[in-house]
Amino acid sequence: MPKHSRRLLRGIGLVCALALGVTACGDESGGSGQKSVSQDDIRAALEKGGTLTVWAWEPTLKQVAADFEKKHPGVEVELVNAGTNNDQYTALQNAISAKKGVPDVAQIEYYAMGQYALTKQLTDLEDFGAGKLSAKFSPGPWQGVQAGTNRVHALPMDSGPMALFYNKKVFDKYGIETPTTWAEYLDAARDLHKADPKAYITADTGDAGVTTSLLWQAGSRPYTVNGTKVGIDFSDEGAKTYTDTWQKLIDEKLLAPVNPWTDDWYKALGDGTIATLATGAWMPANLVSGVKEAAGDWRVAPLPQWSADGRSSAENGGSALALPELGKNEALAYAFVEYASAGDGVATRLENGAFPATTADLQSTAFQDTAFDYFGGQKANKIFAESAANVADDWSYLPYQVYANSIFNDTVGKAYVSGTTLAEGLKSWQQASVDYGNKQGFTVAK
Amino acid sequence: MTTPLSPGAAAPRPAPPRAARSRRSWTGWGFLGPFVAVFALVFLAPIGYSLYLSLFRDRLIGGNTFVGLDNYRQALGDERFWAALGRISLFLAVQVPVMLGIALLVALALDSGRLYGRDFFRVSIFLPYAVPAVVATLMWGFMYGTRFGLVGDVNDALGVSLPDPLSPGLVLASIGNIVTWEFVGYNMLIFYAALRVVPHSLYEAAQIDGAGQLRVITAIKLPAIRGALVIATIFSVIGSFQLFNEPSILQPLAPNAVTTDYTPNFYTYSLSFNGQQHNYSATVAIVMGLITMAIAYVVQLRGMRKGG
Amino acid sequence: MAPPAVTASGPSAAVPSGRPRSAPRLRAPRRRHSADRPRRSVLLTLLTSLVLLYSLVPLVWLAFSATKTQEGLSRSFGLWFDGDFALWDNIGRTFTYDDGVFTRWLLNTVLYVGLGAGGATFLAVLGGYALAKFDFPGRRAVFAVVIGAVAVPGTALAVPTFLMFSRMGLTNTPWAVIVPSLVSPFGLYLMWVFATEAVPAELMEAARIDGAGEVRTFFTVALPLLAPGIVTVLLFTMVATWNNYFLPLVMLKDPDWYPLTLGLGSWNAQAATAGGEAVFNLVVTGSLLTIVPLIAAFLLLQKYWRSGLAAGSVKE
Repeated sequence: MPKHSRRLLRGIGLVCALALGVTACGDESGGSGQKSVSQDDIRAALEKGGTLTVWAWEPTLKQVAADFEKKHPGVEVELVNAGTNNDQYTALQNAISAKKGVPDVAQIEYYAMGQYALTKQLTDLEDFGAGKLSAKFSPGPWQGVQAGTNRVHALPMDSGPMALFYNKKVFDKYGIETPTTWAEYLDAARDLHKADPKAYITADTGDAGVTTSLLWQAGSRPYTVNGTKVGIDFSDEGAKTYTDTWQKLIDEKLLAPVNPWTDDWYKALGDGTIATLATGAWMPANLVSGVKEAAGDWRVAPLPQWSADGRSSAENGGSALALPELGKNEALAYAFVEYASAGDGVATRLENGAFPATTADLQSTAFQDTAFDYFGGQKANKIFAESAANVADDWSYLPYQVYANSIFNDTVGKAYVSGTTLAEGLKSWQQASVDYGNKQGFTVAK
Repeated sequence: MTTPLSPGAAAPRPAPPRAARSRRSWTGWGFLGPFVAVFALVFLAPIGYSLYLSLFRDRLIGGNTFVGLDNYRQALGDERFWAALGRISLFLAVQVPVMLGIALLVALALDSGRLYGRDFFRVSIFLPYAVPAVVATLMWGFMYGTRFGLVGDVNDALGVSLPDPLSPGLVLASIGNIVTWEFVGYNMLIFYAALRVVPHSLYEAAQIDGAGQLRVITAIKLPAIRGALVIATIFSVIGSFQLFNEPSILQPLAPNAVTTDYTPNFYTYSLSFNGQQHNYSATVAIVMGLITMAIAYVVQLRGMRKGG
Repeated sequence: MAPPAVTASGPSAAVPSGRPRSAPRLRAPRRRHSADRPRRSVLLTLLTSLVLLYSLVPLVWLAFSATKTQEGLSRSFGLWFDGDFALWDNIGRTFTYDDGVFTRWLLNTVLYVGLGAGGATFLAVLGGYALAKFDFPGRRAVFAVVIGAVAVPGTALAVPTFLMFSRMGLTNTPWAVIVPSLVSPFGLYLMWVFATEAVPAELMEAARIDGAGEVRTFFTVALPLLAPGIVTVLLFTMVATWNNYFLPLVMLKDPDWYPLTLGLGSWNAQAATAGGEAVFNLVVTGSLLTIVPLIAAFLLLQKYWRSGLAAGSVKE
């Protein structure tokens, strides 16, 4: 069964591209650049037409595929929902092992990119001149598609700069101010739960994606990756900052024991049981479709800070479109990926509720001035765009984060249901991740 | 008849091996062949392939190497595997007797002819078997919800606070409940069918001897359906040891209670599907298959001896 | 040769002593409940009703839930109606949602069940007949091997099976679901037991003396006698195929080939993706629609499987 946990955005950083100019990264790295596909080749492929198989679960791609087919009459895009996140990665891995049925294009989240990039299962997009696109994307997602190497393995499709979604109606009812720091957040949690024992500041039963994002924001850098040399350490100052606050929320039973993405969770978001949600900027679409009854109640605020004068943020979720090495129709596939991620497809996707990874869109007035009826007319994109700009730029995920996240609840989850502390939980997560990495041939140090 | 699981051993009634089998020849293979061919393709070949895989280790970095019996050595010392096996043994020791006990009691009640509306009972109790495990688990998962599920409704309505069925302490019992719900009717039907062919003359003889209902059950009915009891137990043991659908579907609802190594089968799944450790996963599966076979064999032997 | 056992073994059916082929074997009259007419017991009925309640409450919950809207699911008591009666609307939306893909899943399931369960039954009947009526080298080992293979957890075999099937070009085709469904160990066991009892050796001998070959003997003599067992095995394999989830999950990527169970799972999962729509009411309604055909099949065919399950009921 699918893991219903939200997957994280992988990697962030002001990459060399921004600082050194458009093609600097790609040109210097050399190595695998054995082939080169020119714009002419791509145009020829479009003219010739053919069928593309695209594995993606992102709902807004449907319209994009239809538009692309219309624009290029010879091309047929077969959009296949091969499962959601983990299910699709399994399917992709299986197809790659079998060397058969590999799609031409696959959606891969940033946090999972490392595994494919490191094992050379993705086509190097620098060969198509993707390096030139670096300036088009916000730095976080762009580093995500580089996955700790200096090649481009995919084109960013969306991103998830974090913000605090809160139920204003609930806050107003109990006279609670919107928290700007996590300390205020803790107080708000206490006040709210005291005023209404059925209401909680948020729901959390242990979610690897949210925890790593908050660690990221708190300045913790647990993972260091240098090729196949990996370091894992959850004992830095940032991690302590996070666990101190979160441990109190757990100990004082201020977190609703409702599992994210379940039926119960959607209901609890609608009836005031869950008052806030710290998550990625893609959340509005889910609220609009899943929590209809609370339309107008919710608002967006900047993510609370770990210190009074802080201005840090983090990414949560987001994915890119990649070309698996064993896929076919490379030129055509690249044309589609570019159309969907950096071309006309972006506007279509935004219209349907996706959150962009392209700087031009993030900074456009039209985008920032969009009023959300669901948020009582609030121009929420302003907050999201600011968050995107404040994302700390030196985070990195493990090259086997998919597995690490899958055992998060085996280890850190204990802190939510037994006497284990969060810090101890992180320690055993660390140990399990180290063991796995070593078994898989990485050199992992604690 | 020495075949471990031939009808003579486990069927409702022994079939005397007599003239029925005309002559020892290869003719039978003509009829059995198609089954065996597909069976070989779907079961034996993957098992053979798994045996082969279990001797290797394919790593994300460093590629595939032959490691001999290393994986087996690792499995024998794997705490997570043994913990899962312990958990499932507890499950088996409680859930299988409860399920088969209820099934047997209902079958005896149906067979006694003392029920009003017997046909209605028989069909209705059997119905859950027709519900796909996926649907059954989704359904129970919804109902287990303490907030909006049936458990929550009951709490609200009666002003009580039932414990959360999906908490770590109770989730095993909750899974057991789902499995019991799905298969009580199925086992009941097997027992009932076996009971229905017990020769009536035996009861009459017993009644003439003045035996009560209870005595008839223990002295005649139960021994007569021994074969059905044994085969149902064996299939239930195998089913329990392979417990997978229910925990895997409940996991998103109880992520901290249902760990990725919750049952041996779920563990092999996680190793293979989340961890890309196909070789080790195959090893654990083979070890688990051997253990299951051993236990099924013991059940069968004991079942025979008792009856014997 | 009239199909014999179908009418013979229903509880209220006549004692089959009228049929010559079984008469010689009837050392005792076949048991019938009407023979001793025990007194009905209210207490026993009540106790059994507890199990009945346990079996039916979740199904009743499902039926009530299918009448509710997505919002209604949360605000109303599980075992009663919500204010809005949305059953027809839900059914309509289930069939039209996502370009009517539910219908496609339904047809796929019917295809898988038709070929998978039908084929599995056929193979089990042939195999069970062979085990029951022939002596051949390796006969004793067959079932031990089958049980042994079944004991190996299937989930771990999924990846090896996938790789094999992929090499054969079967993945992402209906065959990837149908071929594994063709093996039913329990069906083989049932047919073995059933054939042992239901097909008298004398009849087979008689057919052979008349010059019939083995194949003809099977089709003209054995098959009609096996009819109730066949219906039973068919129902069990139908359930197994209809409920198949894990293997299709691994084998199929294209939702156009999904069976119902997999499709419902994907609808349930889409609530957990960015921009995905939560359609739990359609999951619930779809679940109900998924089990209705099976339940209908069981009710309609119960006369047959009842008699078939009473394996060997044609003689003592």
